Amino acid sequence: MKKLPRHMMKVLVGAMALTLLLSGCGNQAGGTPKTGQTKSVEKLTFDFPVAVAGPLAQDMTQLVNEFNQANPDIHVTPVFSGDYGTTMTKVQTGFKSGNAPDVAVLLSTDMNTLLDNHLILPINGFAASQKDQKWLNSFYPAFMANSTLNGTTYGIPFQRSTLLLYYNKNEFQKAGLNPNTPPKTWSELVADGKALTKAGQWGLEIPTSGLTYWEFQPFAIENGQNVVGDAANKVYFDQPKVVQALQFFADLSLKDKIEPPGLIGWATAPDDFASGKAAMIYHSSGSLTQILKTAKFPVGVAMLPGNVRPGTPTGGGNLYVINTKNKAREKAAFKFVKWMSSPEVAAKWAIETGYIGTSPPVYETAQMKEYLQKTPQGDVARQQLQYAAKELATHDGQEIQQILSTACQKVLTQNVKPLEALTAAQNQADALLSKFKD
Amino acid sequence: MPSSTGQKGQKKRGGKSGRAGLRAALLLAPSALILLIFTLWPMVVAVYHSLFLSDNAHPVPVFAGLANFTALGRDPVFVQVMRNTVLFIVGTVPVSMLIAMVLAVALNRRYRLTPFFRLALFHPVVLPMVSAASIWLFMYTPDYGIVDKVLALFGGPQINWLGEPGTALSAIMLMTIWKQVGYFMIFYLAGLQNIGQDPYEAAAVDGAGPVKAFRSITVPLLMPTSLFVFIIAMVDAFQMIDQLYVMTQGGPSNGTNMLLYYIYQQAFAFSNLGKASALSVILIVILLVVAVLQTLADKRVHYES
Amino acid sequence: MYKRKLGDAVLNIVLLLISLIWLVPLLWTVLMSFKDPNNVNGLTHLLGGIQLSWQNFAAAWTSGQFQLYYINTIEICAGILIVQLVTITLAGYAFARYSFRGKSIVFVIFLLQLMIPVSALIVPNYLTIKDLGLVDTKWAIMLPYFASAMGTFLMRQTFRQIPRDLEEAAMLDGASWWQIIWYVLLPAARPGLVAFSLVSVSFHWNDFLWPLIVTQTPQNQPLTVGLSLLTQMGETGAQWSMITAGTLLVVLPLLVMFILFQRQFISSFIQSGIK
Repeated sequence: MKKLPRHMMKVLVGAMALTLLLSGCGNQAGGTPKTGQTKSVEKLTFDFPVAVAGPLAQDMTQLVNEFNQANPDIHVTPVFSGDYGTTMTKVQTGFKSGNAPDVAVLLSTDMNTLLDNHLILPINGFAASQKDQKWLNSFYPAFMANSTLNGTTYGIPFQRSTLLLYYNKNEFQKAGLNPNTPPKTWSELVADGKALTKAGQWGLEIPTSGLTYWEFQPFAIENGQNVVGDAANKVYFDQPKVVQALQFFADLSLKDKIEPPGLIGWATAPDDFASGKAAMIYHSSGSLTQILKTAKFPVGVAMLPGNVRPGTPTGGGNLYVINTKNKAREKAAFKFVKWMSSPEVAAKWAIETGYIGTSPPVYETAQMKEYLQKTPQGDVARQQLQYAAKELATHDGQEIQQILSTACQKVLTQNVKPLEALTAAQNQADALLSKFKD
Repeated sequence: MPSSTGQKGQKKRGGKSGRAGLRAALLLAPSALILLIFTLWPMVVAVYHSLFLSDNAHPVPVFAGLANFTALGRDPVFVQVMRNTVLFIVGTVPVSMLIAMVLAVALNRRYRLTPFFRLALFHPVVLPMVSAASIWLFMYTPDYGIVDKVLALFGGPQINWLGEPGTALSAIMLMTIWKQVGYFMIFYLAGLQNIGQDPYEAAAVDGAGPVKAFRSITVPLLMPTSLFVFIIAMVDAFQMIDQLYVMTQGGPSNGTNMLLYYIYQQAFAFSNLGKASALSVILIVILLVVAVLQTLADKRVHYES
Repeated sequence: MYKRKLGDAVLNIVLLLISLIWLVPLLWTVLMSFKDPNNVNGLTHLLGGIQLSWQNFAAAWTSGQFQLYYINTIEICAGILIVQLVTITLAGYAFARYSFRGKSIVFVIFLLQLMIPVSALIVPNYLTIKDLGLVDTKWAIMLPYFASAMGTFLMRQTFRQIPRDLEEAAMLDGASWWQIIWYVLLPAARPGLVAFSLVSVSFHWNDFLWPLIVTQTPQNQPLTVGLSLLTQMGETGAQWSMITAGTLLVVLPLLVMFILFQRQFISSFIQSGIK
């Protein structure tokens, strides 16, 4: 470098000066002060996992404002804290430094980890009145499977989902299938899939990249043995019925060849469906709105085909009351949770987002009835709830989910036999879970 | 300090190393403080926490000696992670270096298009790894990605690059090579400037062809540069996991999981602090070994003064 | 002679081909960012579904809070750089001009930062940041980088190349040590400082893992973290046209700077690499 690059320096210095002007200095963390100076108003923070200041955050802000207006003695500030993962770490680290939110929406499957670290409070403790008890018992049992432990409720279902079968009615017609009778059993799934598979089109795509356990779980449930039970320290990966289910699951691509080889991306499956590359896909009930928007053909929505029984795991997030050790704020937090999960609010949220209404009363509301009239596909997930079962959730839940996912992926892509993969997974899981007494 | 005058300063530099030492210490203090807190102290912290069981089952850490380390020996994922890390290094470092060296030799002459070539080859270096990864993630997507489209033009098979354990790591390596070749290349270009044209002209007189000249002049004379690039490449290779976060999350079936990503996973997704610390200790030891090897191989650099 | 010219032509063509291959990801990203997100043809055909509109950029900008991320990134880069320029000048001067006991030990400590970078120490450094109560602040992102071994060595080298006569002349004129640094050494060291600034800004503009770990809210997250959140948005499918537009938004400032000051960039990277 011979000449002094003055112009360079100017650009840099200018850019810096501009920023400092623009931003002011010392932006502090996103938390809001919680030391209520006035005794009459409880100030709460509510962590909600959206990464973006998009429509969801706006809808949520509006809901919270409604609550604040209706409850002058409480003021809730929503914090949009990224995805579920970052919100979870935020709650964990905030707890230790005294900056935890008062209420948070977190994965239903993180309940055990939250409990192990004493981060959340039992809801039963707050629900004293008969009315409260009635509210507590109103939610769909399938959702409560991931919200209770040993009879105590720790989470209130908020944005919950299941898997659904989406199918292309045009392609059903072209393949000589009745577009109004989607496959109801495993054998029909394979038969229809074969009829629908042709050059440039796969009969079926079930996303398998990432957290494969969720897409595999229906097959275990449908075969009569869920991979997890009521206990938080026990899994059933190597049960014969689970092994058999994994064999069937893998055969869809390996033997029946109605699915593409290799892992299928969670995000690409809806694109493949919309572009005609896949005639049927398994996807979250939460994707309904997006799929209906992008697909340019009549979309059929159906329950997952069953074997000895129908079935799907649930998914999604619960509302939790955080253990802030401030009785007054905790009580106010409970009030907020109760309001958020009331039929009218839950109906509004379900319609705006596409998540399933969390309790039967939600479907009694006028707005929900009106919505289902316009979008009858939106009701399939609710009907399927009677067959839905617990999503894989234990102590060290994230790692246990990863272990089962890895086992499934090994079978799908590496010629490993289901029994071998699941036995190894069971051993790994047992080693982890042996640290927990119950 | 404020009272020091020019004459005193001169004396000091002459020999009274006490005052000079004090001043040097003050000048070094800000940097040294940061280095103590964020480079030295963390090593102590990592070792300390690696001796405790600290996870969801033990919200209050429990002393466990070397239990975290012995547990790693029984952890099949750890074995796979180490294997992947070695494969990744073997698959990216030498290849990137070779391509970089060859390109540098080709670019060492001035053509009209040389600035464009340099721009094209170097630009991935200034892209954030996360952005590059999100581009390549899409490029590798079956059917829609450009890799598949180009292969289809030549009647190639459809490959689910990131979805098969057999290809996922290679796909990540290819992307990494694309990203870092330009960076290594510029060091070779600088090295070639030092060699100059004389040795080549002498070789040409002896009738040596370009390949022979490359083998017998370029490669040996660039050895110091290669050693330097090798060290950067090694240290980088252990750190490069941004693309895993975006492209594979370590999958399929841990086929692309590498040491630092595994540390990240254990600490921040599975909240297993003890295990993550033990893994961190292993990473630190590996990097220290690389550092020692470097000093052994390159004795003449540093340590003067 | 003819042979030589032919050889040059072949070499040029080969280099051109390689360069174009190298540019494919970027060119393709630009192409994708102009595709209609609701038109499936855009995915299946290379040139299908193209629309000349900024729609995807606007969508990425608003849904990803890019304005906030931009300001954060610039603030972080500027904050780190300003402090670094001070610390590396001081430390570089000390190494270049003083000999003192324990110098080689201090030198090794600096070297350690090069060999064991912050990203290898994420777990213990996160714990330190947590103990300091700095989680989810921009300070958390910046603090570990306030010292730079690379910059220190670069400044040490730069100061060494400045003849002592200059300093000594100033000293005879009665200048104090800081006057010498400010009026004599710094102007002469400007190329080194510029080189370091470019490399520092490039590095911290692109840094991802550490900010990802120590921040939790958009108020403190840089562009790279914002982009990664965009790529894994929730339960619905990926919106590629928006993601590619977002990617370009992240990449553009540095890329434009690089194209404008190509030689500067490259020589800066070389200087800061070679110690």
